[in-house]
Amino acid sequence: MIRLNFEIPSLTLGKSTTDTLSASSEEDSYALEVRNLHVYYGDFRAVKDINLKLPKRKITAFIGPSGCGKSTLLRTFNRMNDLIPGVRVEGEILFNGYNIYAPGMDAVEVRRRIGMVFQKPNPFPKSIYENIAWGARINGYRGNMDELVEQTLRQAALWDEVKDKLHQSGLSLSGGQQQRLCIARVIAIKPEIILMDEPASALDPISTLKIEELMRQLAENYTIVVVTHNMQQAARISDYTAFLMMDEDRAGYLVEYGPTAQIFTNPREKATEDYITGRFG
Amino acid sequence: MNKVSKLTAARMESTPFGEDAQLKRNLVARHRTGSLWHALFLLALAIGIVALTALIYNILDQSFGLVALEVKVEPRELAQDGVPIEELSKEQLITLLEARVSKGVLRRLKAEQPLEQRDREELLSLVYERVVQPKVVQSWSLTDSLLKRHSVEMEAAQKYPSARLEFRSWVNPHFITQPQSSDPQLAGVRTAILGSLWTIAITILVAFPLGVGAAIYLEEYATDNALNRIIQTNINNLAGVPSIIYGMLGLAIFVRALEPFTSGALVGGVADPTTANGRTIMSAGLTLALLVLPLLIVNAQEAIRAVPNSLREAGYALGATKWQVIWHHVLPNALPGILTGTILSISRAMGETAPLIVVGASTYIVYDPHSPFSKFTTLPVQIYQWTARPQQEFRNLAAAAVIVLLVLLLTLNAAAIIMRNRFSRRMI
Repeated sequence: MIRLNFEIPSLTLGKSTTDTLSASSEEDSYALEVRNLHVYYGDFRAVKDINLKLPKRKITAFIGPSGCGKSTLLRTFNRMNDLIPGVRVEGEILFNGYNIYAPGMDAVEVRRRIGMVFQKPNPFPKSIYENIAWGARINGYRGNMDELVEQTLRQAALWDEVKDKLHQSGLSLSGGQQQRLCIARVIAIKPEIILMDEPASALDPISTLKIEELMRQLAENYTIVVVTHNMQQAARISDYTAFLMMDEDRAGYLVEYGPTAQIFTNPREKATEDYITGRFG
Repeated sequence: MNKVSKLTAARMESTPFGEDAQLKRNLVARHRTGSLWHALFLLALAIGIVALTALIYNILDQSFGLVALEVKVEPRELAQDGVPIEELSKEQLITLLEARVSKGVLRRLKAEQPLEQRDREELLSLVYERVVQPKVVQSWSLTDSLLKRHSVEMEAAQKYPSARLEFRSWVNPHFITQPQSSDPQLAGVRTAILGSLWTIAITILVAFPLGVGAAIYLEEYATDNALNRIIQTNINNLAGVPSIIYGMLGLAIFVRALEPFTSGALVGGVADPTTANGRTIMSAGLTLALLVLPLLIVNAQEAIRAVPNSLREAGYALGATKWQVIWHHVLPNALPGILTGTILSISRAMGETAPLIVVGASTYIVYDPHSPFSKFTTLPVQIYQWTARPQQEFRNLAAAAVIVLLVLLLTLNAAAIIMRNRFSRRMI
């Protein structure tokens, strides 16, 4: 049922009927469209009223103070929050025109197309080779696995470092290498969007730089959404930046969203300016 | 200990950290408390070691030692033309048996199997059993045999002038390979070992998949609701229910209610016509499976819970289904822990006596169990039965059987530990 290709997903649902029939050219240029999104942990509203359009093959950074719901928001994009009991999502997230929260939508299919890299490198306790091959294999990949592994590791700029020890444990690598292995693992299943939750926050500056270079490279083929605490990082790597903040009811909301250059040089909102100039947060 | 804390205190006083007398006193007291607890823990360990040593000493003391052996006929007298009986030919042994054994016994032996068809070894042991008839008239402990050998010799010479004193290891090849017998000279534990192995095999085959399955459900699938919490609490409590209660349960369910199945009648005929009831290995194995199930579930749950969540998330984020995550990541990583629980369960089941007696372990089994529907005895039951006998020799046999049980247990556990280590090495 699950095939590795770039066609329109074999989703069982019809296109969600949207009142705003946006021009098809515009729809094509967005990887993800978030509409009136609210996220609840039980009775507590963690994120409220998010409206966003994430452009294709660009890097969008989410910045904001701790606890403002950046990670929660990110994790709704591939339904990772489904795994946490008590989480409820209201609103729509359109992916290729399909609402990923529509009833009957399979979260597994969503995650196969919207991959995720986590804050702490979490390679499987298996060989480097298996780390790459596993995702492809369980998704039914039938091509040449050796080729896929090599090609993926080259894409992740890791091949030269690990080509002689493909069958050693993924845990034997350094932290930065492990994180690049985790990124490679995701691109091996050829997703359309890669979500990254503070991918470099546990790494040293040099490893961070490598990850950032890799992200820029990957942005040629993939849409990347990254949560970061590091404003310089957001400014360096992202094309678009979304600034989130906590409201009085402790729910995160979107303050400002726009091209990174504009957010950092000429923010429309006072709060954004205060945050990026380091007055709080 | 005290010395160390005094030294530390002295060092603290000489440091230039200030003159806070209160703080220094406090520190000395803290070190003293620490040393006290340290000593208590050491004491606890020492008591444990002493108890264990006493146990092992007690068993070894009984399992080896001098025995005074009386024979009805000296083997020397049976030698023919200077050839000792060990070297006699088959025909000579038959002649010897026919000359020395009473008519009735001979007829019975021949009815079992004609003497001519038996091999030489068997005839020789018949000669020992029926003609020589060695009998242990008294046995001494290992300590006495080693330290007071002289007085033992004197006592034996005085009380049993015709007896021969010899050193005996009650654990010996004969003991391990021979079936149970009412004669302590001939009794062995083969039937009990086989019974134990059969029972444990059934227990593990039933309890392992059920236990791991239930643990996976509880940890990975069950939502946190009232019903599941009640189930969880009950499983935890069941792990502490006295084993005799499981015996009663096994008697009611497996022996009585499910008799057609546990007696083997349903599964294709009863091989042993004397076993036309449910008191079989099957019933015992299933009862022990129930007994260890909570233990296994709780341990497997712990192991599954210890698998880091980041691993599950990594799997899900690659488009894996729940089952793929469980099968490829959770289970392999939890397996070493699950196997540890299995080792504990094997040990527990191996040593259980009470429930098996309730379920109907026979104490006197001469024939090897040959199917799950055979009558059975197990090592602990055998030991229990032997210790209840008045003769000293049976107590020696019981001690020897304890050694066999311990060795068997350690072997099984070693196998599980090797398996576990292999799995955990593959992980990293």
